Amino acid sequence: MSQARTLETAPGAAGRRTRRWPPEAGILMVLVGLALAFEVLGWIFVRQSFLFNEQRLVVMILQVAVIGIIAVGVTQVIITGGIDLSSGSVVALTAMVAASLAQSSEAVRAVYPTLTDLPLIVPLATGLAVGALAGLVNGSLIAWTGIPPFIATLGVMVTARGIAKWYTHGEPVSLLTDAYAGIGSGAVPVAIFLATAALFHLALRYTRYGKFTYAIGANPQAARVSGINVGRHLIVVYTIAGTLSGLAGIVTSARAESGQSGMGMMYELDAIAAAVIGGASLSGGVGRITGTVIGTLILGVVTSGFTFLRIDAYYQEIVKGAIIVVAVVADQYRQRARRRGA
Amino acid sequence: MAVPAHDARQEWLLEARGVSKSFPGVVALDDVSLGVATGSVHALVGENGAGKSTLMKIIAGLCTPDSGELRLHGRAVQLDTPRRALQAGIAMIHQELNLMPSMTVAENIWIGREPVSRLGIVRHRELRHRTRTLLERLRIGVDPDTAVGELPIAARQLVEIAKALSHESRLIIMDEPTSALTERDAEQLFTVIGELRAAGRAVLYITHRLDEVFAIADQVSVLRDGRHVGSDRPANLSRDDLIRMMVGRELARIYPGAPGVPGAVVLAAHALTGARFRDVSFELRAGEILGLAGLMGAGRSELAAALFGLSPARTGHLSLDGVRVRIDSPRTALAHGIALLTEDRKESGCFLMLSILENLEIAALGREFVRAGVVRGRAVREACGAMSRQLRVKTPGLDECIGNLSGGNQQKVLLGRCLLLRPRILILDEPTRGVDVGAKSEIHELIARLAAQGTAVLMISSELPEILGMSHRIMVMHEGRVTGTLDRDQADPVQIMQLAAR
Repeated sequence: MSQARTLETAPGAAGRRTRRWPPEAGILMVLVGLALAFEVLGWIFVRQSFLFNEQRLVVMILQVAVIGIIAVGVTQVIITGGIDLSSGSVVALTAMVAASLAQSSEAVRAVYPTLTDLPLIVPLATGLAVGALAGLVNGSLIAWTGIPPFIATLGVMVTARGIAKWYTHGEPVSLLTDAYAGIGSGAVPVAIFLATAALFHLALRYTRYGKFTYAIGANPQAARVSGINVGRHLIVVYTIAGTLSGLAGIVTSARAESGQSGMGMMYELDAIAAAVIGGASLSGGVGRITGTVIGTLILGVVTSGFTFLRIDAYYQEIVKGAIIVVAVVADQYRQRARRRGA
Repeated sequence: MAVPAHDARQEWLLEARGVSKSFPGVVALDDVSLGVATGSVHALVGENGAGKSTLMKIIAGLCTPDSGELRLHGRAVQLDTPRRALQAGIAMIHQELNLMPSMTVAENIWIGREPVSRLGIVRHRELRHRTRTLLERLRIGVDPDTAVGELPIAARQLVEIAKALSHESRLIIMDEPTSALTERDAEQLFTVIGELRAAGRAVLYITHRLDEVFAIADQVSVLRDGRHVGSDRPANLSRDDLIRMMVGRELARIYPGAPGVPGAVVLAAHALTGARFRDVSFELRAGEILGLAGLMGAGRSELAAALFGLSPARTGHLSLDGVRVRIDSPRTALAHGIALLTEDRKESGCFLMLSILENLEIAALGREFVRAGVVRGRAVREACGAMSRQLRVKTPGLDECIGNLSGGNQQKVLLGRCLLLRPRILILDEPTRGVDVGAKSEIHELIARLAAQGTAVLMISSELPEILGMSHRIMVMHEGRVTGTLDRDQADPVQIMQLAAR
């Protein structure tokens, strides 16, 4: 528009940024509050500090790193207005497949006796490919058949678990190479978690991929009118989520130094919980990776804190459930407030 | 169909006195008074946006008037919920049917009022029997046990009517009931309406089809711009009288008018046929504003959706600059330089929870402002800021949520989204619907300026003054067909209405 430059600047028009509290401020306070509560309870009941114990914090973060990696993918799915129930099963499937290609020559009954001591890249690439394939199936089902994400990923969830069991007829795959086990040792899982979180945080904020992801979740019809190929984009998002579940499967099997078909049970729900606690809205269009990271840490603090106070694991699940419900109710209120503003 | 005489001034079944209602920025009804007699069919006509639906909603208890009152048999009543209206004997049959497709006809009719045994179990035999009696009384040949979803639209409409009558309603409001019906089904509906009248019920009948007014109505009332223009017996009126009453309005506002002389043909449609339009051919020139007039349901929006690739036409083809093209998705349309401003801002326009910036930039990101997948944030912000200033969007900043803007400003943002693409062909579907007067003339000026710069504009509008004031040529559609194309200097409201309402 040639006239754009000649028009006078309307008062109070665009250009300025309105500064507000970042949306993560609320849950960050919840995280800090929970940690402080455990600190106080710790001094009262077990005469120990909760926070000032490096080892405990490391264990805590290590425990949730796998959930965190999955949650980074699940957050993106939730932003499009979808859901992924298959993550936990995909963890098991990739753990089995990757581990079977990472066995050392010491393994007596290796899955592939001729394929032992392979270079690290083989189980890694295969594991990621298996995860990506599962995600591709999810995305294609949703984009092409139009069935709801809940159903599509529920089907893949059951199927993937089945394949994981069938793969070795339920036998665990053990005696893995040192290189492979290295992926799960020390702070490596945490580094992987933080790296994927950083990568996709940037992708969501600064790339076309991210803009399209939010747009589809906010209004798929308007996204289509804006020229976005909604189906193709959904396939990409689900494939990314599947790949990250595959990565989580590799990390899980590397940490355990074995692949088992029962791995990753209920991980999908923890990942969804982390995203929702972190502010992602199940109705789509809203969610940030930073929030999800904090949500993941909240899950970690609750688990670790209950263990620290020597409270039964049963209570842990009860409280975790309550936190998820509270997070979703809070989301409803936020949505309503936004609509009232409209 | 015979029209019984209603010469004696009888007591009104329902009377509206001085009813007014405004919505933000619009006066929908202005001091409307109207009476409906027992045992009569009262037709209500008017252009789109004349206030018919609002009046219906007030009578059916779906919204409350700002002032004025409703009287039932001479007594003032408060109808502030649909339930209250139903209890008072008023039932409304909506344009979109409100039936549950997976449930049977009987279950749908008596939902919430099923005959139950003392244990709370539904007595199905009784339910079926009641339904059969009701349907027989109305001579509706529908099996009470079929699922509503399996019935054709016409039969569903009759089920709705049966449901309304099962409430022993004295006044039945029908909002364009024949819009989805074939001629034969419409005949059956008219028979049922005739029987209702004979049974002493009253029918308030909204329609766009003037033929129906003359066929079934005892009385017709015309609304225009929220005012009651007049009521009379159809026998005392000619078709032209009715049309004149509907459109007889001065061009109150000044339109910038169609600028310049159009250039070469850029878009040509050849015999397009799709879901709601048939055999549509036209040419659109560079710098031309082609107005597309017609009543609601004439197939105009469907035609726009086809041109933009949202739901491509089944047969026929398009050519751009004389070259035949296939446009099967919005992406290909945008790649060819065709942009669309959709009719429904909330449904398919705005990303309500996202910011103004995100709403403006989204379409342009498909081909600009992106390097190796990464959005060039500053360049986009500058371009969007400039666009927002040019369109005078009133907002504290680009990061404001679009949901917090007024309708007019939202519309400007959506128009900005199109303009950032610098389209050669711009399709505007009701560009000023629900927009306040100030923003309206700004949008009109902008459209005129775009045309002056050579953009080809196809403008769908239900407002005759807008169509007449803005277009070089006016194409009129009626029930999916183009019924005429008029040059600006030979067009007048009556002529357009005649083509649109055949």
